[in-house]
Amino acid sequence: MNRATADVALMRPELPVGIVGYGAYIPRYRIRAEAISRVWHGDQDGGAPIAQKSVPGPDEDVITMSIEAAANALRRSGVAARDVRAVWVGSESHPYAVKPTGTIVAEALGIANATLAADLEFACKAGTEAMQAATALVGSGMAPYALAIGMDTAQGRPGDALEQSAAAGGAAFLMGAGDEAIALLEGAYSFVSDTPDFWRRADQPYPSHGHRFTGEPAYFTHIIGAARALMGAMGLTPSDFSAAIFHQPNSKYPRRVAKQLGFTAAQIAEGLLAPEIGNCYAGSSPLGLARVLDKAQPGDRILIVSFGSGAGSDALVYHVTDRIDDARRRAPSTDDYLARKQFVDYATYARWRGKIR
Amino acid sequence: MSLARHWRLRDQRYRLEGTACDDCGTIQFPPRPLCPNCRSRTLSPHPLDGRGQLISYTVLYQAPAGFEAQIPYAVGIVELGEGPRLTAMLTDVDLDALQIGMSLEMTIRKLRSDGDDGVIQYGYKFRPVQFEGA
Ligand SMILES: [Zn+2]
Repeated sequence: MNRATADVALMRPELPVGIVGYGAYIPRYRIRAEAISRVWHGDQDGGAPIAQKSVPGPDEDVITMSIEAAANALRRSGVAARDVRAVWVGSESHPYAVKPTGTIVAEALGIANATLAADLEFACKAGTEAMQAATALVGSGMAPYALAIGMDTAQGRPGDALEQSAAAGGAAFLMGAGDEAIALLEGAYSFVSDTPDFWRRADQPYPSHGHRFTGEPAYFTHIIGAARALMGAMGLTPSDFSAAIFHQPNSKYPRRVAKQLGFTAAQIAEGLLAPEIGNCYAGSSPLGLARVLDKAQPGDRILIVSFGSGAGSDALVYHVTDRIDDARRRAPSTDDYLARKQFVDYATYARWRGKIR
Repeated sequence: MSLARHWRLRDQRYRLEGTACDDCGTIQFPPRPLCPNCRSRTLSPHPLDGRGQLISYTVLYQAPAGFEAQIPYAVGIVELGEGPRLTAMLTDVDLDALQIGMSLEMTIRKLRSDGDDGVIQYGYKFRPVQFEGA
């Protein structure tokens, strides 16, 4: 067994593993980017890269949103809650600093008690990190099913450019045996480095960024590094994919990175949600994957590459199976959540989001 | 509601878990030790499906401690399709869109939080059915 030396770059479980159920969640509320920029910069136009963003209601947080997304994933899979043996929630906006999101989600879904539960943190990469871990748990034979969630209610400092894009939403994926999969994992690759592009110190409510680090050395280096290594190890080129999803901090970066990697605008169109709802952080690329799965056909090959500040990317390749058609009907689609929208003004938004103290 | 009481009630708060009478089939919420219909003592846990309709409601503009962030909000009496009636906060709805008889579904939300350092209590609320047929 020379797998360790033969294809050292590729990460793949011993047993075939795939997504057996998935579910999206986006809150009902939206705020227009111009409503935010008007408060802070006067009524100037042109600056905002995102038309509107999703806003959680006053009684929503990562826990309640994860419960709905995961319930959708379970419903699509048909798997009994008690057979799920891990609940891993990746987020940078867990409601508690100490007290796991995962236990409350597990309890609400009827998964508790015989389960692992933990919260993962890696800025916007935490959701795909959870997907990697859940894949490994199932792929090692330790569990029949494991739940991975990427969900955020991201916040920007009032007046900061980030406030125009920091949004709320995400998706849940139930990983299980390959022969039950609606999308089989063909390979994965993760790429990290110590890069000071963006951070939030403990006890600080809002993040800070190292301006000159945010583009090339962070987002582009890590996504391109992960995507190229994975495609190289698998002998694939962009033309082998029907769709690709890249992390979406704005509308511009994913388009530019796709172009640099050789993907067409059509290949990233279905998974590009930032123009509609903003940047859902750890939920961003997972939600893009959920929308692509909503529209996928058996035989489609999909690439998803996250990016998390600090910094790193997870790249995963899925192959869609003929089980997709049955599964997607069993829960609301990402488009159902995108179409459900109620606009709020800045005053309402500021009150709900605790920006007035 | 106290921390201990909320914790004890988490099965019903999180999953709308009631009881079903093994003898006559009647469903109860909250869970009962004794069937109010046939007096049987053999009841099994029964998670309700969370679908129902609005029987009546009132809008609150002043809130008890822990609910301030959510005002104004509505509290309704909901009759579940499986029989039981319960009182619950309503969410994801414009207050002027509330209508007696409207179809509702259960959703888990933050009910209240004890200041900035206390526990956050989660539990069922009801909202208009979001996606028909899903
Ligand atoms: Zn009875």
